[in-house]
Amino acid sequence: MSQELAAAGDFASVPALLARNVKKYGDRPAYREKEFGIWQSWTWAEAAKEIENLALGLLALGIDRGDHVAIIGRNRPAHYWAMIAAQKVGAVPVPLYQDAVAEEMEFVLDHCGARFVICGDQEQVDKVIEVQENVKHIEHVIYYDKRGLRKYDHSHLHWYRDIQEEGRVAHSRLEGEMAAREAELTYDSTCVMLYTSGTTGRPKGVVLSNRNIVESAKNTSEFDNLGLNEDILAYLPMAWVGDFIFSLGQAMWCGFCVNCPESPETMMTDLREIGPTYYFAPPRVFETQLTNVMIRMEDSGDLKYALFHHFMDFAKKGAGEKFGMPRRKVTTQKKTLEQKLRHGFRYAMGIGFAAETIVENAIRLGFAKLRHGKNARKHFKAKDPLGLKLYSGKAYEYFKYRCGDVLVYGPLKDTLGFGRIRVGYTAGEAIGPEIFEFYRSMGINLKQLYGQTEATVFITVQPDGEVRNDTVGVPAPGVEIKLADNGEIFYRSPGTFVEYYNNPESTADTKDPEGWVATGDAGFFDKVNGHLRIIDRAKDVGKMADGRLFAPKYVENKLKFYPDILEAVVFGNDRDMCTAFINIDLTAVGNWAERNNVAYGSYQELAGHPDVVSTIQEHVEAVNKSVAEDEMLSGCQIHRFLILHKELDADDGEMTRTRKVRRKIVEEKYAPLIDALYGGKSEQYIETEVTYEDGRKGSITATLEIRDAAVVGTKQGMAAE
Amino acid sequence: MTTTTDINADSYVTADGRTIGPVVMDMKNITLRFGGVVAIKDISFDIREGEIRAIIGPNGAGKSSMLNVISGFYKPQEGEVWFRGEKRPPMKPYQVARQGLARTFQNIALFDGMTVLDNIMTGRLNHMKANLLQQAIWKGKAEREEIANREICEKVIDFLEIQHIRKTPVGRLPYGLKKRVELARALAAQPSLLLLDEPMAGMNVEEKEDMSRFILDMNDEFGTTIALIEHDMGVVMDLSDRVVVMDYGKKIGDGTPDEVRNNQDVIDAYLGVAHD
Repeated sequence: MSQELAAAGDFASVPALLARNVKKYGDRPAYREKEFGIWQSWTWAEAAKEIENLALGLLALGIDRGDHVAIIGRNRPAHYWAMIAAQKVGAVPVPLYQDAVAEEMEFVLDHCGARFVICGDQEQVDKVIEVQENVKHIEHVIYYDKRGLRKYDHSHLHWYRDIQEEGRVAHSRLEGEMAAREAELTYDSTCVMLYTSGTTGRPKGVVLSNRNIVESAKNTSEFDNLGLNEDILAYLPMAWVGDFIFSLGQAMWCGFCVNCPESPETMMTDLREIGPTYYFAPPRVFETQLTNVMIRMEDSGDLKYALFHHFMDFAKKGAGEKFGMPRRKVTTQKKTLEQKLRHGFRYAMGIGFAAETIVENAIRLGFAKLRHGKNARKHFKAKDPLGLKLYSGKAYEYFKYRCGDVLVYGPLKDTLGFGRIRVGYTAGEAIGPEIFEFYRSMGINLKQLYGQTEATVFITVQPDGEVRNDTVGVPAPGVEIKLADNGEIFYRSPGTFVEYYNNPESTADTKDPEGWVATGDAGFFDKVNGHLRIIDRAKDVGKMADGRLFAPKYVENKLKFYPDILEAVVFGNDRDMCTAFINIDLTAVGNWAERNNVAYGSYQELAGHPDVVSTIQEHVEAVNKSVAEDEMLSGCQIHRFLILHKELDADDGEMTRTRKVRRKIVEEKYAPLIDALYGGKSEQYIETEVTYEDGRKGSITATLEIRDAAVVGTKQGMAAE
Repeated sequence: MTTTTDINADSYVTADGRTIGPVVMDMKNITLRFGGVVAIKDISFDIREGEIRAIIGPNGAGKSSMLNVISGFYKPQEGEVWFRGEKRPPMKPYQVARQGLARTFQNIALFDGMTVLDNIMTGRLNHMKANLLQQAIWKGKAEREEIANREICEKVIDFLEIQHIRKTPVGRLPYGLKKRVELARALAAQPSLLLLDEPMAGMNVEEKEDMSRFILDMNDEFGTTIALIEHDMGVVMDLSDRVVVMDYGKKIGDGTPDEVRNNQDVIDAYLGVAHD
């Protein structure tokens, strides 16, 4: 298949790819959307017809070459069609975040100078109408969902279907014009303009050419062996580059089907119904799902509970990596007899062992219940099936995994909607090791990638079989990477963006004439396997007194992966050693206290409990050990730490509203504590002003214990001591 | 409402562009007694096609009894109910429902063990013609009917934005959603007159806003005539075209929200007045 598609140059734009797909896969499903409780689907031929009608309708409205068409709405086939329709008539689609408020939209709509806006529903239309007071160049607003819009002034407001109808009527008149404009599209013409979310300053419009999109889609589809038979669920914001690449770029390139959920709330049910083979989610989604699974397991029956933990523990010990990973390639060819037999054997073994496991453990549980009554769960541990003892070594592990697959992993994956996943990606922020491990051990090929809008997503990706929690993989196909002296990552690739729209200064700041783009992130290549490791934003990476790298976020993230630790602040810039403030997580530690009959009256009391401090000390020392493994960062080991007597809080100005620590303010506010950390004291008295939620102020006082944490001696580490 | 609009005309257009038609339901001199207690005393009012008609009043004023009279659950001792120009003989509630009336209840009356979808499907019961045998065999008519009815239910589900709980048993839902499901069931019957008994009781501000939006959209999109009882004055005054005010079983006011708001009897009933 890849050979057939290899000649990317022939398909230099998305509309060209669409034409190819219609010709090759005309009657295969291209889009599905769940509506009125049923998955409605459109084949490539039908979708192309819809797109064509809309494109002609836009022409009839007088769209010009190079016009920007803003698209605001949730993931629906109609909105994807709108993007392609815009491209077909030489215009540039600009998808916007649908949950943005009117003021945020105003800047983007004003900046891109859109004359046409395509909205999903009344909510978006209302926002656009509000914006129109200041943004005068919006001429036509088109909406898809009619509801509540009947009484609006329709002089410049149109229903999507009406525009399509107009296009259909005007077909013979405008067809030539559309074909001419489509033929003008080249590899270098603009494919899409995406606004960066703008966490720092104003959003910038990133212009991506057809080359960027098509080349990136092609390279990465080949990298992951994506083919015609994938199914994806399009649920991430359309304005985000990732969705554009997955749901439009790669879908167009490979010809696979894009499934749109019924509504954002039904995402999880729809996910399960579709069972995607290729899936992307930010770490937060995986985290929430894991928590849900764990909570529901707590409420499950004793036998299920015991089996779940027994097999999950086993899978996490590496068996999942060894036996669980899905086949790299899906073949549509019929299975040979041998393959069928092998497949049958694989499951027959699993089912046989599974049945035996259930019976055996149920009986044992019965006895445990007789002895311990309601406390049986605490005393009962599940066991492997008796028959497994006949095997040894690898065969034992293999059969045990197959057994677990039938009993635990398979059903669980199915419930989560991950039953068919072949390639799953997570990116955006660091994912907790236990979360990552949980999914991988179940046999979900979850990988990490590192990317940004300016690179058309992909900078580095993890190849199958080389997946690690703390790296982001090797450079993606076609990407070159170099590191600056301060660790900042630069890349150059076919996906490198053209420019920031109407912002030559920013373009020049980010992209040099040779095409190298600064990411603003600092990282380094792992010496052992050559994978890239991200440590922090380059501007936040400092130097210690002796010139070693100081990357607080890297260490803090490692600390925060422990459920007991809610927040950590590491100090050490321009100092000779690192120290840390730690916030315990009241829920997790409170749980622990309850289970161990530790009485406490307040957060402060719990935080100061000697056992808690000791537990945290263990965590800190474990983190030190793992930090020491990286030569470059070994200086960031935490020598001394204390547990804060109050949670860092946005009301006190110690954090931003999005829960990011304001380092400067914390440093000023707790100066005596920092002095004590570096002054070698073993405890320190502090009085802190706090603001209550109703705005009143009060103060709390505490004497905090300061502990030394063991550090692992490396060459440099020794030198520091 | 603009002053130029004559709300007594046969049909008129409201300020927000809806057409209000002729009278559909006319209550003439209704009196309802329970033994010696007079719940409703000689009340007359009408409901016009396409309007949102509110019935308000302090607790025990007889509002719910009035709604029960309209829905045929209570039979008034005196007075006449005229529906679409015909005098309605005493009827069972299911017969009234077949005439195109649907209602929701003050205390939610859903089937807790059934899913949301099944509950809404019960609203289609009056539209199903297949007999028991056909339903059991599940071929031809019964199947076609179910598909057609399911489609209508799905449109209602889409309209009320409850897709995510389609397959959830009602018993598991929070109160606000249950209220919405009940509305969905009433709406699935495609009524020409919809009676809502305190649709917003016990809801928070956001849920109230949602519900108000649904009521307005319902009236706007499907042209459903709505009669509702509600305690939240803000909601009533914003939503309704005309308001009937009851107190101790008597009608003390009837008219547009503005008229009612300035009616001395109404103010007295709500704020209390010194009895000499």
